[in-house]
Amino acid sequence: MQSNTEFKRTPSAENRTMNHDDAMKTEPELNMADEKIKLTVDDLNLYYGDTKALNGIQLAIPEKRVTAFIGPSGCGKSTLLRCFNRMNDLVDSCRIQGQIKMDGQNIYDPSVDVAELRRQIGMVFQKPNPFPKTIYENVAYGLRLQGVNDKRVLDEVVETSLKGAALWNEVKDRLHDNAFGLSGGQQQRLVIARAIAIEPEVLLLDEPASALDPISTLKIEELIYELKSKYTIVIVTHNMQQAARVSDYTAFMYMGDLIEHDVTNKMFTNPSQKQTEDYITGRFG
Amino acid sequence: MRNWFRSGTPWIWLNAGALALSLVMVVGLLSLIAVRGFSHFWPADIVQLTVVEDGQQSVAMGELVRSQTLASSVITDSGVVLESDDPLITRHLLKVGNRDVYGRDFRWFLEPNVVKREYPANAIGLERREWGNFYGIPVRLLEGDTEIASGDAVLAELPARIKRVNQLYADIRSIERGEIGDINHRLQRIRLNERRLELNENTTDAEMQRFQQQAEIERETLEQEFLVLRGELDQLYASAKRDQLVMKTADGQEVTINMGDVVHAWAPNAMNVFQKLGHYFPELWNFLTGEPREANTEGGIFPAIFGTVTMVLLMSIIVTPFGVLAAIYLREYAKQGPLLKIIRVSVYNLAGVPSIVFGVFGLGFFVYTMGGSIDQIFYPESLPAPTFGSPGLFWASLTLALLTLPVVIVSTEEGLARIPSTIRQGSLALGATKSETLWKVVVPLAAPAMMTGLILAIARAAGEVAPLMLVGVVKLAPSLPIDGNFPFIHLDRQIMHLGFHIYDVGFQSPNVEAARPLVYATALTLVGLIIILNMTAISIRNRLREKYRSDSD
Ligand SMILES: Nc1ncnc2c1ncn2[C@@H]1O[C@H](COP(=O)(O)OP(=O)(O)OP(=O)(O)O)[C@@H](O)[C@H]1O
Ligand SMILES: [Mg+2]
Repeated sequence: MQSNTEFKRTPSAENRTMNHDDAMKTEPELNMADEKIKLTVDDLNLYYGDTKALNGIQLAIPEKRVTAFIGPSGCGKSTLLRCFNRMNDLVDSCRIQGQIKMDGQNIYDPSVDVAELRRQIGMVFQKPNPFPKTIYENVAYGLRLQGVNDKRVLDEVVETSLKGAALWNEVKDRLHDNAFGLSGGQQQRLVIARAIAIEPEVLLLDEPASALDPISTLKIEELIYELKSKYTIVIVTHNMQQAARVSDYTAFMYMGDLIEHDVTNKMFTNPSQKQTEDYITGRFG
Repeated sequence: MRNWFRSGTPWIWLNAGALALSLVMVVGLLSLIAVRGFSHFWPADIVQLTVVEDGQQSVAMGELVRSQTLASSVITDSGVVLESDDPLITRHLLKVGNRDVYGRDFRWFLEPNVVKREYPANAIGLERREWGNFYGIPVRLLEGDTEIASGDAVLAELPARIKRVNQLYADIRSIERGEIGDINHRLQRIRLNERRLELNENTTDAEMQRFQQQAEIERETLEQEFLVLRGELDQLYASAKRDQLVMKTADGQEVTINMGDVVHAWAPNAMNVFQKLGHYFPELWNFLTGEPREANTEGGIFPAIFGTVTMVLLMSIIVTPFGVLAAIYLREYAKQGPLLKIIRVSVYNLAGVPSIVFGVFGLGFFVYTMGGSIDQIFYPESLPAPTFGSPGLFWASLTLALLTLPVVIVSTEEGLARIPSTIRQGSLALGATKSETLWKVVVPLAAPAMMTGLILAIARAAGEVAPLMLVGVVKLAPSLPIDGNFPFIHLDRQIMHLGFHIYDVGFQSPNVEAARPLVYATALTLVGLIIILNMTAISIRNRLREKYRSDSD
C-alpha cells in the first residue's frame, strides 16, 4: 500500500500545473482503498454541555492528501476539525466520546502529551492570527518553544518556511517588522509558514481563505497544492469550487452527522446521497 | 422650538457646557496654584511706608504681601480707632522681616494712616539662615575689624562674599553629612557587631575579648578622624563668620548681621525686569533643590520631592508584580464561580476603602507586627531601638501598594480579557503550553493595560497623604533614604513627602503668613511631579503599544 501511494503521488505532483481545472482532468483515479490512512475517527460523539454537536462520526483521513469538509453552517465542521488537535479541550463544556487515532495511536489517550500532539498536527484558523511580534519571531515562535535558539538554525527555518508558504519574496526585506503590517492574505500565509515551521505531519485549515480577496485565495490554494506533497491536509471550506479545486477527498456533514465521504471528483459529479447532491447544487445550505 | 429640541441641539449644548465647566474649574485651580506658587520667587519691590498711628509717626520697610478692602466696622470691632468714617477701609499686609529686631515679621497697615510711600533704591533684602528675611539699608561691611566698604559701595561687595559663605556652608554640610556621617555609621556598626556577639550564645570569652580589643582600636582611630574633622569644621565655621554687615532698619536702628547667616541678598528696587528674572530662576532652583529651614517655612523642599519620588517608585516596584500576578491568576487560572465573584467584588471594593483605613492597617500590621518580627529576627542587636519596627519608607510604600493594588488588578484583568482568543489559540495550536502562551504572547499584549493601571496607581499614590502620616512620613527627616552608606537604600528611614509637607507648612507652621506662598509653591511642585511621573509612564505605555500593536487596539 505504501509503495502504491508513492507511485501514485509522483505523477500527480508532476502533472500539477497552476491551472487547477486542467489538473483535475489529468488526475489519476484516486481510491480510498489504496490510501495509507493517517487519521481515523472512530464513532466520535461530541457534546457541548447537553447539546450534541457531533454524532457518531466514522471517518478516515488519507496521508498526504487533501481532505475537504463541507456542509452548511453550524453542522460541526470546525468542531470535528478541532478534535484532531484537541483544541476542544479548551472549551469547558465540551465532552467527547469515541476515538481518534493517528498512526494507530489514540490521541485522546490520557498518556498523550497534548502540546506534543499539537506540534504534530498544526492548525490555521479562519481569521489570520499572527502574534504581535516581528514576522521573523512569528515564524520562529514554535521552534523557540522547543528550545531552539541557535540563530543559524532559526534563520534557515524561517527562510524555508516563508518560502514554503510562498511569502518569502514579499517579506524578505522586512523580516523584523511587526507582523500586523502585512495584508490579510500575507498574514494568513505567515500563519501557515508559522505552522509548517515546526514540521507537523498534519495541517488543519479552517476556512483559511474565507476572509481573503480572490487573489490571496488563489495563492493560498496554490500553496495547498504545494504542501500536499509533504503534509496530510484537512481543510474546511464553504466554497464548493474551492473544495473541488484543492481537495482529493471530500466529506459532507450535516447537523453533526457525516453524510458522505468520497473522492472529490465523485462527490461533485455523482454523489451517492440525495442530501449531498442538494447541497452541492445549492438547493439548500 | 420643538424642532430645536428634537434636533438634539440642546443635548449637545448640555454636553459642551459640562465639559466647559470642568475645564474652567481645572484651569482655574491650576492657574491659581501656579500664579501664587510661581510669584513667590519674584523679587518684589521693597516699599518704605511712613505711617501715622495714634498721632505718632513711624517708618516701616518690607515687601507688600497683599491688600484687602474691608468694611470699617470689622476693623473698629477689633479695637482700632479710625479717624475717617469711610465705610470701606483698605489695609496692606507688609512683610517687614527683621524678626530678631521686631519680634514678628508681618504687619498690617491701614491705608488712611499711610502718609508716604517710597521705594529707596539702596534698600536690600537679605535671606538668612535664621530669623527669616531682613530688610534695610546697608551701612558698612566689615572683614574682621577692618571696614571694607560703606554706604552704596557695600552692595557691590556682597555677591562675592555671599558666594564664599555659601561655598563654606556647602563644605561644612558635606563634612557633616558625608565624612562625619560615615564615621557615625561605622561606630554604629561596631556597636551593633559587639552587641550581636554578646547575644550569640556560642561566643566564647576569648572571641569576645579579641573583638573588643579590635573594636577599641577601631574606635580609637575613628575618634581621631573625628577630632580632625571637628577641627576642620570649627575652622570653616569661624571662617564663615569672618564678615559682618551693618544694616540700618527703616526706623533707624543699626543692626549688625553676621555674613555667615546670609544666604542671599537682593536690591529689587534697583533691578529691571531682566535682572529680576535673573534673580527669579536661581531662587526657584534653590527652592526645588534646597533643604528646608526654620520649621519648613524657609529654604527648599528637595527632601520632600526626593521622598515622594522614592516612595512612589518603590510602590510601583511592589504593586506591579503583585497586581499583575493576582490579575493573571484571577483571569486565567482561577475556576470561574461564585467564590471568584466574591473575591473579585472584594478586590474592587478595596479601591473604595478610605485611605486612612489603610494607614491604620499599615501601622498595626506592617509596622508593629511585621516590622516588629523583622527586628526580632534580623536586628536583635539594635533592640530596643526599632529598625523596621517603626514607620519608614518601606512600610509607607507597602501601604500605598496595598492601596493601589485594586487599580492595577482591575486594569490588568481588563487588558487580559481584551486579548483576542484567536491569538491564544494560535499559540496553543503551535504546541505551546498555557503558561508559555501566557508569558510569551498574552502578557506582552496586555502590558499597555498594566501600564494604565500603574499610571492610575501612581496618580493616586503620589497625592495620598492621610495614611502616610501613620506609616513613615514625617515633617522633617534627618537624612535622605538613599545615601552612600551601605546598604545605600535605607528602607527603614522615615521620609518627607510633598503632600504632607503642604499640610505641615500650611497648618502646623508657627508662621502662617510666611508659610502661605510655600504652600502654593509646594502644591505646584506636587502637581508638576505627578504630571512628570504620569508622562513617563504614559510614554512607556505608548512605546509598548507601538511594539505590541495589534488589531484589537
Ligand atoms: N464553544 C462552543 N460552545 C457551545 N457550543 C458550540 C461551541 N462551538 C460550537 N458550538 C456549537 O456546535 C455546533 C457546531 O459548530 P461548528 O463551529 O463546528 O460549526 P461549523 O460547521 O464550523 O459552522 P461554520 O461553517 O459556520 O463555521 C453549532 O451548533 C455551534 O453552535
Ligand atoms: Mg466553522
